[in-house]
Amino acid sequence: MILFEAPNLILALPELVLAVLAMLLLLLSVAGKAENYRLIAKMGVFALMTAAAVTFNFYGQAGTTFGGMFVADNFSSYMKLLVLAGSAVSLLMATKYLEREKTNRTEYPVLIVFSTLGMMLMISANNLISLYMALELQSLPLYVLAAIQRDSVRSTEAGLKYFVLGALSSGLLLYGSSLIYGFTGATGFEQIASALQGQTAVSLGVVTGMVMILAGLAFKISAVPFHMWAPDVYEGAPTPVTAFFAIAPKVAAIALITRVFMGPFGDMAEQWRQVIVALSIASMALGAVAAVTQTNIKRLLAYSSIGHMGYALIGLAAADKAGIQGIVIYITIYMVMSIGAFCIVLMMKQKDKMVENISDLSGLAKQQPLLALAMSVMMFSMAGIPPLAGFFGKLFIFQSAINAGLYTLAVIGVLTSVVAAYYYIRIIKVMYFENAEEELDKAADTGLNLILTAASLAVVFFILLPSPLLASAGAAAQSLIK
Amino acid sequence: MIEAIFFYVFSVVLIISSMLVISARNPVHSVLFLILAFFNAAGLFVMLGAEFIAMTLVIVYVGAVAVLFLFVVMMLDINFASLRQGMMKHLPVGGFVGAVLLVELAWLYKSWVIQPEAALRALSPTPDPSAVTNTHALGQVLYTQYVYPFQIAGLVLLVAMIGAITLTLRHRPDTRRQNISKQVARKAKDVLKVIKVETGAGVS
Repeated sequence: MILFEAPNLILALPELVLAVLAMLLLLLSVAGKAENYRLIAKMGVFALMTAAAVTFNFYGQAGTTFGGMFVADNFSSYMKLLVLAGSAVSLLMATKYLEREKTNRTEYPVLIVFSTLGMMLMISANNLISLYMALELQSLPLYVLAAIQRDSVRSTEAGLKYFVLGALSSGLLLYGSSLIYGFTGATGFEQIASALQGQTAVSLGVVTGMVMILAGLAFKISAVPFHMWAPDVYEGAPTPVTAFFAIAPKVAAIALITRVFMGPFGDMAEQWRQVIVALSIASMALGAVAAVTQTNIKRLLAYSSIGHMGYALIGLAAADKAGIQGIVIYITIYMVMSIGAFCIVLMMKQKDKMVENISDLSGLAKQQPLLALAMSVMMFSMAGIPPLAGFFGKLFIFQSAINAGLYTLAVIGVLTSVVAAYYYIRIIKVMYFENAEEELDKAADTGLNLILTAASLAVVFFILLPSPLLASAGAAAQSLIK
Repeated sequence: MIEAIFFYVFSVVLIISSMLVISARNPVHSVLFLILAFFNAAGLFVMLGAEFIAMTLVIVYVGAVAVLFLFVVMMLDINFASLRQGMMKHLPVGGFVGAVLLVELAWLYKSWVIQPEAALRALSPTPDPSAVTNTHALGQVLYTQYVYPFQIAGLVLLVAMIGAITLTLRHRPDTRRQNISKQVARKAKDVLKVIKVETGAGVS
């Protein structure tokens, strides 16, 4: 007879709380009228904040539960707080846009909350089965969200494209998982790690399975060559959904990749490092070069996020504590910068119609100098110009690469960030030195203004108070190193 | 001996019918061959001692999915001939990719080693098949050891339902729905008027 151990539910308390609140939210949204969008959105933010409070209360509590399928540690707590904050902010950013476009459906917050729950489970996955289930719970609402403007061909196309490619990546991931299970006899991360420990010649099957899992996960962070969906989906999806895509799922996916490759495959760093390096170089290069010719700002931000993921992967290639700390810092700063940039994209409208072209920003400096200043801060920071936060993100990543002896990778990273700086600065040039044919409307959304102000201040003044972030990132990284 | 015969019968019919699924001209025939393929696969599973998978294959795939396919094929006006048009053009590329994958997998198979300690690490010791049936064994672990993925699967299904409704449900204001309380509350004196018609005058 199989003995069953009652799971320690305290470790999974944030997820349990969020799951229960998500279902209550669903009931509320079904019971109420369709016009109740604002109330449901507020309740959604409340649910996310409650889960964040619980996570914060049990911050750093370590252990595994549910028969080793779920793990909690410093890393998971930190990443969960980041994801919850990102989701809550992107939900707040969406209200005005959705009301204007008449997509303010009460299912929107429900889907965001369920997707966030999936992301939290992803971050805490400690078994190939729970990894896959969490990944599906996270992606399924994203497909629906991309297509939520169902009367728009572009949005529907984005949803369908995302769905088909997401299914393909799930297939790759599952096939890789089955190979790993076949060759190691285990699906738990610890058991896989112990099976691979101290093996001089790793069997070809394990390597193939591992590469397939990596390919499946690389889809989720849109690393080259698995990036094809990103620009089309970013452009086609409604802007608040795009903002959500850029903010929260990326954090969860990079956390998952880090855990999978530092945990079960930690002893095979020599095998996977070359793959990660190749992904990283390709992403940085394509992110820099392909963005140059873009005219649509959402597409540009898609390529920019591909490039950023390339930089984050450098930290994984280093495969040590400094590298992971670099990833955690980089992804935090990336999230804040994305929030800021998308706030501005959400404010871009002419005569009450949303516009998305870079040329529409021209002359912004004369009409709304503060907005132009905020955008410049975000762009300079994304380009990695000191003393803004983005510079420090890149600094820690490159430092870890140098320490690990990955000189080529660091040099290519610096070179591509110079190329990338060209298109970031081009936006600033458009805003300050080109004359407007048609002016942008004055931004009248207090919520967006507040979020943008907070993000800008965080990016500008990060240099004054970096120690809390560095310390908690260090603690998070430490918990992944065995 | 008899097992071998059944195995080959099931396998041959399975392979032939699955090839017919993609080559049949009539999409309804394709679906019917698909159902045949499912039944034969279920037969193979029974022979492996996995009767639970065989049952779910028949119930879920034949009972629900295939019937749904039939409905879609019959109700949607899809021109299958035009869908198949590019087939010959793309065949070389697709065939090449498939061949490369096949060679890779064969290569993998060559190096296949089942590690001796794999049995020790097995997730759950397989119960003795003579003591516990396959379905029973699954039931023993599904709600205990695997309760966590099982619950997430439930959430995934819930999200799938929400998603399908979000994307397809439309509240159409122009359709007239039955309102029973309104019907019951309707009184004759509110809607009927008795008019005395004078001879030859008519009703205006």
